[in-house]
Amino acid sequence: MNSRFISAALATAMVVMGASASAEIKPADVVWEDEIAIPASLTGVPGDPAEGMKVLTSRSLGNCVACHENSAMPDVPFQGNVGPTFDGVGARWSEAELRGIVANAKNTFPGSVMPVFYNDDPADYIRPGNAYTAKAYDPETFSTLLTAQQIEDVVAYLTTLTEY
Amino acid sequence: MKTLTLSKLLASAAMCAVALSGAATAQPHPDAELIIEGELQLKVRSEPAAHMDGAVPEIYSGWLFRADETRALQMDDFENPAMLGVEDGEAMWNTAEGAAGQSCADCHGDAAESMKGVRAAMPKVNADGVLWSTEDYINNCRTERMEADALKWNSGPLNNMVAYISVQSRGMPVAVQIDGEAEPYWERGKEMYYTRYGQLELSCASCHEENYGMNIRADHLSQGQINGFPTYRLKQAKLISTHNRFRGCIRDTRAESFPMGSDEFRALELYVASRGLGLDVEGVAVRN
Repeated sequence: MNSRFISAALATAMVVMGASASAEIKPADVVWEDEIAIPASLTGVPGDPAEGMKVLTSRSLGNCVACHENSAMPDVPFQGNVGPTFDGVGARWSEAELRGIVANAKNTFPGSVMPVFYNDDPADYIRPGNAYTAKAYDPETFSTLLTAQQIEDVVAYLTTLTEY
Repeated sequence: MKTLTLSKLLASAAMCAVALSGAATAQPHPDAELIIEGELQLKVRSEPAAHMDGAVPEIYSGWLFRADETRALQMDDFENPAMLGVEDGEAMWNTAEGAAGQSCADCHGDAAESMKGVRAAMPKVNADGVLWSTEDYINNCRTERMEADALKWNSGPLNNMVAYISVQSRGMPVAVQIDGEAEPYWERGKEMYYTRYGQLELSCASCHEENYGMNIRADHLSQGQINGFPTYRLKQAKLISTHNRFRGCIRDTRAESFPMGSDEFRALELYVASRGLGLDVEGVAVRN
């Protein structure tokens, strides 16, 4: 096996990886198990827990700590308590269940105040807006609250929270 | 069939118990009393009105959810920054404006007499059967009698005038009418209160009925009472109207909000005001 062959093989592998990364599952195509869990990754790319932490704490991203406390992040100020704490969440739920809850918690908890983070259909909402502008949504830009990869990153981080 | 295992349900129940026990420390102040200038005591807790139908066990002024320093500001008229707006409103009251060369005082005399109780009953159905907010009555006087321009909703001058009129009712119980001609407006407002707007799918009730006492980030959720409006909002560093806060709250659900001064917000104002039946008018309050 010569080096040219190896580099060609690597290039092919990268193309395949690139293809799988772009072949993310659209919200309408998500396959649910028992109505509450999503067994398959939304992107095929493993989630990055460090990125997940950023999504969890950034106001412009998931802002999850606005409603959920997380003892593992004592330096993050003003953690809310509208929802249950994240402590032990990785022990309570499987990865597939966590993916389901982050994508659409209302399937697991009917009537929950938790927003649906993976739905890009404005028809499912009442007076959907253009982000926080108070103006009507723009059909060109209306999108999910988190990207498929951001959800994978959050799930990857949450699965590490096994301590109560 | 959803497959929540028993252990998961128990774990969830345990988390709920933790959340509930945690809530005890986040509830409204247990015994603070709102006494303005050491003289005028305002009712900040009450049994809910009958129409609330058990939605909450007790109603609380937003004052009880605020920090010690913020509560103290409202107890002292010299410290209360909203009183500057009241002073400006008083000056406007006595100043002729418009082509007719008339001031509010020319018709209404001493506001302490003529405006007493007006704010407590707002918003109110007018002689034509249309629900109006205090702002609408002011602007109608301006355009029809004074021949002056209408003031813009939530503008400094209009908020100041509403503030001046409001303090004439300070300490009087909220007294909005919700039956008779007001009922269809009230029903519409109630429907809005429970509608989950925007991409975040949040209703007024999601935060202010189901989760008051809890925190969203640094925001300590109140019951969303409006007996303190117009309110000096520290975050905006100015006096704001009820409709301005409504607009901001609905915007924050990632929704297309409604305009200030819209029929929708007038109806919502009536319904939310009626959830404060039992409390006293505080306008002008100080909030975060």
